Amino acid sequence: MIAQNIGFWIIAVLMVVSALRVVTTNNVVHAALWLVVVLAGAAGQYILLAAEFVAITQVLVYIGAVMVLFLFGTMLTRARIGAESDLNNSYKKLGIPVALVMLVAMGLALTRSFGDEKLPESAKVVSTQEVSDQIFGPYLLPFWALSFVLLAAVVGAIVLARKD
Amino acid sequence: MFVNQFLFLAAVLFCIGVYGVIARKNAVLMLMSIELILNSVNINLLTFAMRNGSTDGHVFALYIIAVAAAEVGVGLGLVLLVYRNKKTISVDELSEMRG
Repeated sequence: MIAQNIGFWIIAVLMVVSALRVVTTNNVVHAALWLVVVLAGAAGQYILLAAEFVAITQVLVYIGAVMVLFLFGTMLTRARIGAESDLNNSYKKLGIPVALVMLVAMGLALTRSFGDEKLPESAKVVSTQEVSDQIFGPYLLPFWALSFVLLAAVVGAIVLARKD
Repeated sequence: MFVNQFLFLAAVLFCIGVYGVIARKNAVLMLMSIELILNSVNINLLTFAMRNGSTDGHVFALYIIAVAAAEVGVGLGLVLLVYRNKKTISVDELSEMRG
């Protein structure tokens, strides 16, 4: 448990610092690369939470596919790759109190609801078989709906980005 | 490990993502902030899945990952189209629908 706690705090600090860099850096490519650190840290947290299949999916889909999409999007919409000055709104200071108020509200609710409740010590790793039994059992209908969402997204992206 | 340490991490990431959506005007960076928000939700779902000893949270997390991938695909297609028509992707310059 000690080792898991140390791992949690290292990854958590890394994730928060990288997330702050994502929303403050002046370079779109750097923001994408900091986002990779956040997503990889999230995969690490999923492993700590005994969710190996979700962690592997996170690495494959987010770090593999979504980041390539982001970098392509940056490349196709930018004349130059480098630091820029006009990435932020003029009223960006307004975002700080909004985020802080939300954080305080959520923090109060979490402390009151869960206090110092602990996660089960001997949680077994959820195997891929159990997850697939859930997906293709009780959650089959949402799975079909999701297939149509992905189909529509693929067709929509092609239609939108095509040059006529 | 406490339940709250994961939930607080997710809350902090969520708020950073909200700040990013408010502060950024570049459309690609706004999409990245939305990814931060979706990831914090996933951490919450998996924490509760472990707390309750169920696998439902894993299924929802996988579905969120799939929906997020679709969202980024369509979103970047839209950004590309806007850039092609307006030569900019600053969202505050897209004001045709203002009354």
